[in-house]
Amino acid sequence: MGSAHSVPAEMRELADRTGFTSEQIEHLHRRFKQLSQDQLTIRKENFDSIPDLEFNPIRGKIVHAFFDKRNLRQESDGLADEINFEDFLTIMSYFRPIEMNMDEEQLDRFRKEKLKFLFHMYDSDHDGKITLQEYRNVVEELLSGNPHLEKESARSIADGAMMEAASICVGQMGPDQVYEGITFEDFLKMWQGIDIETKMHVRFLNVDTIAHCY
Amino acid sequence: MALPAALGQRSSESHKNSNQSFAIVSFKWDHVKEPYIIALWILVASLAKIVFHLSHRVTRVVPESALLIVLGLFLGGIVWAADHLASFSLTPTVFFFYLLPPIVLDAGYFMPNRLFFGNLGSILLYAVIGTVWNAATTGLSLYGVYLTGIMGELHSGLLDFLLFGSLIAAVDPVAVLAVFEEVHVNEVLFIIVFGESLLNDAVTVVLYNVFDSFVAIGATNVTGIECLKGIVSFFVVSLGGTLVGIFFAFLLSLVSRFTKHVRIIEPGFVFIISYLSYLTAEMLSLSAILAITFCGICCQKYVKANISEQSSTTVKYTMKMLASGAETIIFMFLGISAVDPNIWTWNTAFILLTLVFISVYRVIGVIIQTWILNRYRTVQLEIIDQVVMSYGGLRGAVAFALVALLEEDKVKDRNLFVSTTIIVVFFTVIFQGLTIKPLVQWLKVKKTEHREPKLNEKLHGRAFDHILSAIEDISGQIGHHYLRDKWSNFDRKYLRKILMRRSAQKSRDQILNVFHELNLKDAISYVAEGERRGSLAFIRSPSTDNMVNVDFSTPLPSTVENSVSYLLREKAGPVCLDMQALEQRRKSIRDTEDTLAHHTLQQYLYKPRQEHKHLYSRHEIMHSEDDKQDKEIFHRTMRKRLESFKSTKLGINHSKKLNKIHKRDRGQKRRNSSVIPNGNIPSENPVQNFALKEKDLEFSESEENNDYETLHLGKGVDFLANVTKQNFTDAPAGIDNPVFSADDDQSIYMKFSPWLSSEDTVVPSQRARVQLPYSPDNFRRLTPIRLSNKSTDSFLLADGPEDRPRSFLPESTHM
Repeated sequence: MGSAHSVPAEMRELADRTGFTSEQIEHLHRRFKQLSQDQLTIRKENFDSIPDLEFNPIRGKIVHAFFDKRNLRQESDGLADEINFEDFLTIMSYFRPIEMNMDEEQLDRFRKEKLKFLFHMYDSDHDGKITLQEYRNVVEELLSGNPHLEKESARSIADGAMMEAASICVGQMGPDQVYEGITFEDFLKMWQGIDIETKMHVRFLNVDTIAHCY
Repeated sequence: MALPAALGQRSSESHKNSNQSFAIVSFKWDHVKEPYIIALWILVASLAKIVFHLSHRVTRVVPESALLIVLGLFLGGIVWAADHLASFSLTPTVFFFYLLPPIVLDAGYFMPNRLFFGNLGSILLYAVIGTVWNAATTGLSLYGVYLTGIMGELHSGLLDFLLFGSLIAAVDPVAVLAVFEEVHVNEVLFIIVFGESLLNDAVTVVLYNVFDSFVAIGATNVTGIECLKGIVSFFVVSLGGTLVGIFFAFLLSLVSRFTKHVRIIEPGFVFIISYLSYLTAEMLSLSAILAITFCGICCQKYVKANISEQSSTTVKYTMKMLASGAETIIFMFLGISAVDPNIWTWNTAFILLTLVFISVYRVIGVIIQTWILNRYRTVQLEIIDQVVMSYGGLRGAVAFALVALLEEDKVKDRNLFVSTTIIVVFFTVIFQGLTIKPLVQWLKVKKTEHREPKLNEKLHGRAFDHILSAIEDISGQIGHHYLRDKWSNFDRKYLRKILMRRSAQKSRDQILNVFHELNLKDAISYVAEGERRGSLAFIRSPSTDNMVNVDFSTPLPSTVENSVSYLLREKAGPVCLDMQALEQRRKSIRDTEDTLAHHTLQQYLYKPRQEHKHLYSRHEIMHSEDDKQDKEIFHRTMRKRLESFKSTKLGINHSKKLNKIHKRDRGQKRRNSSVIPNGNIPSENPVQNFALKEKDLEFSESEENNDYETLHLGKGVDFLANVTKQNFTDAPAGIDNPVFSADDDQSIYMKFSPWLSSEDTVVPSQRARVQLPYSPDNFRRLTPIRLSNKSTDSFLLADGPEDRPRSFLPESTHM
C-alpha cells in the first residue's frame, strides 16, 4: 500500500484519513522509505538507524507505540511486527496540531485521541489501567537521563504521583478501598484544564529538512 | 565620594570656629542634604504605596502606576508652590544607571525561560520589525502632517521627526510590567508583550543613536553609507549586548559555584555581576537592557541551583524589593517631573496627532505581524489577543529618559518633544492602564490559571517533551523540540558540569524539584497544623474518612522493597488534612495535659544552649546553632540507646515485657478493640514529668490506635511492629529496614529527652514506637524518598548532610 500512494486517489484518501496535506505525506513517505531502506514496511530495528533517538530516555516506549495495534487500528490489540506507510502516517497523525476550523466536538475527539496515545504508552500490559508498577517503570525511564538520580527516588516520585492521581480521581476513599490503577477516565480527569493541544503536536513542515540517518 | 568633601568641610569649619566654644550639637543640613532628600522621597513613595493598598477598591480599578503618577504630580505641585523651583526631576542618568537595571534584572532573572524561548520568534518579530515600523510610520506621518501646516511653525526637519518617532515607538518594559502584572492575561500573551518590550531596547537605542547623530551632522550629510552603518550597528548593538549578557551570566554561574564558604555575600554576587553586565554593555555602547536581561535569563538556572536555599530567598526578595522600589520611584518622579513650566510647550495638533498615530500604527503593525506569524505559529494568536497586544503597547519612562537626553541646541523643538512624550506616557499609563482591565474582562481574554504544581503534570510534560522530540527525530524534521532536545543534551553534558556544584548536579531535576516542593508544602502544613493545635501529637492520625489508598502491594522481588511498599501503604493515610476530623480528635484529647506536657518538654529541651544564638557575627548567620544542638541531642540519644541495649537489667526486663505487651497489642489490633490500658508505662517510673508525658502520649496513641484498627492494615502494622521489636532487642539480622527504625527511635528519644533521666531510662511504650506522634516521615511524600536504600545509615545522615541532596534532609524534625 505504501508504494501505491503515488496514485492520486489513494493519496487523497490518506490525506483525508490522517489530515495531512499531500506535501506532508510526500515528505513523510520519503522519510519512511529512508527508514525502511526502500522496503514496504518498517520493523523495530529500522528505528535504530536514527542517531538522535539514541539519547531519548523513553525511546523504547516510543518505538513500541509505533507497533502497538491499539494505536494503529481500533478494536485490536497486541503488537505488530512491522508497520506499513499507512500505519506510520496514522501514528504521526496523533501529533498533528489543531486546526483553526475545528469545532468543539472535533476538538474533544482530537484531544482524547492524543491522550489515548499517551495512555497506551503507559499501559504496557494492555489491561486498560496504569498500575503502580507500570507507572514506576515509566518514571524510571523518564528520569534515567539523569545519572545522579537513583532508582529509588524515581520510584518514590512515581508513588507520590500515583497517590496524587488517586486523590484527584477518587477523592475520598473508604479504608478498605484500594486504588488499583489509573483508568483512561481517570487519566482524562487528570488532564482536565491543561491544554494538551499545545503540548502534543509537532509542526510538520512542507519543506524538506535535513534528515540524517545512517 | 561625598565623604572626603564633607570631612574637608568640617575641618575648615572647625578651623573657622576654633575660637568659639565647642558646640555639643550642631545642625548640619547641608551635610546630609542629598542622601536625606533621596531617602525621604523613597520613604514617601513607599508610604504612598501602603496608603494605596489600604483601599482595595481603588487598587482594583486603578493601576498603581497611575496612582503614583498622580501622586507625583501632586507632590511636584506642592514643591512648586513652596519655592517655585522644579528642583526634582527624573534625570536620565539616575534612571538608566540606578532605576532601570533592577527592574530589567528582575524581569530576566525570573523570566519563564521555556515560555520565552518558545515564543522567541514572535517576540523578536514584534520587537524588531514592530518597533521599526512604529518609529518610521509615526515619524513620517507626523512630518507629513507638519508639511500641511496644521502644526504651525516648527524648527524641525524630517530627521527630527524620525528621532522623535524612534524614541516614542518603543513599548516600555516598566510600564508593561506594572500594568500587566495586575491584569493576569494568559502567559503566552504576557510573554509576547513583555518580551517585546524588553527586546525592543536594542532597536530603540540604535534608532535613537542613529537619528541623533544624523540630526547632529545635518540632513544634507546623511549618505547611504551612513544608513548602512546604522543597520550594521543594529546587529552589533543587539547581538553584542546579548553576548555581553551571556558572558556575564557564565561568569556569575561559575562564581556562584564556589561560594560555599562565603554564604553571606553569595546574594551580592548575583546583583553585582549582573549590574556589571549592564555597565559593560553601556560602556561598549551596546544594548544594556539586552545584556542584563540575558544575563538574568541565562544564569538563573545555574545560580538557583548553586546558591543555598537562604541565599536564593534573599536574592528573590531583594530583587523584588529593588525592582518594585525602582518602579515606584520611576512613576512618582514621572509625575513630579511633569511639574515644570520650563519644559512645557503646547502644540495641540502635534500632541493629539502623536497620540492618534502611535495608537493607530500600533494596531496596524500588530495585525500585519500577527497575520504573518499565525502562518507559522502552532498556537494561533486570535483577534482578542491582538486587541490586547495593541492596547498593551504602553509607553513609559524609557521614552521620557531618552527625550530628556536630547540637547536643546541640536534639537530645536526639544521642549515640544518632551511635553508630548510626557502626555503620551501619561495617556498610555493612566488611560490605557485604567481601561485595560475592563477591556480584558469584557473581551474574556484567556487568563492565567494559578494552579498548584502537580507531580503528574510534570511527569507527563516530561514525557511529552521526549515523545515530541522523538517524533521529530523519526519524521526527520528539525523543529522546535528537536532543538530543545539537543540543547538540553548539551546542557547536561557540558554546561552543568562546568557551572553547577556537584551536589546541585545531582539533585537538580525539575521533577524532583516539584516533588521536593510538594513535600515541603506538606510538611509545612502539617507542622503549622500542629502548632495551631499546640501539639504535634495529632500528626500521626490517619483519619479514616480522608483516606486515599493506593495498592502498593504489587508483588516486588525483594523483602526490602516489600516492606517499603507496606510502609507506604500504611503511610498513605493522611493525604489531606481534614480539619473537621482533627477537631473531633482534639476534643478527645485532654488539652490541659497536652499543654502541660508541652511545657515540660520545652523546659527541659536544651534551653540553656539557646543563648548562643544571640552572638553577633557579620560573616555568618548563626542558624547552625540549632543544627548543632539537634545533632548533639541525636548523638546522646544514640549513645543512650546503645547503652540501654547493653544488657542492663532494666533494659532486658523492658524488652521482654514490651515484647509481651506488643504481642498482646497486636492481638488487640486484630480484634479491633480500642483503648489500650496504660500498662505500657513502666511502673518504676519515678519522675512525674515523665509520667505526664507518657500519659499524654498514651492518649494520643490510643487515639491513633483507633484509627489504625479501622484502617485494618494488618500487614503493614505487623511489619512495623516487627521492625521495632527486632530493633529494640538489638537483633541486627532481623532489621529489615534500619532507616525507618532508626528514625523512629531518634524522634522518640528526642521527645523523651533521655539525657535528663539517670540510669533508669524511661522506655517509651511499645506503641509509641509503632505510632510515633511526632515524626516527619508520615508526611505523605517525604516518606518514600527517605526510605531509599542508600540512606540506611542515619548516623551518616545526621553527620554529613552536605553529601546528600538538600531535599532529603529531614529538616522538619528540627523545629
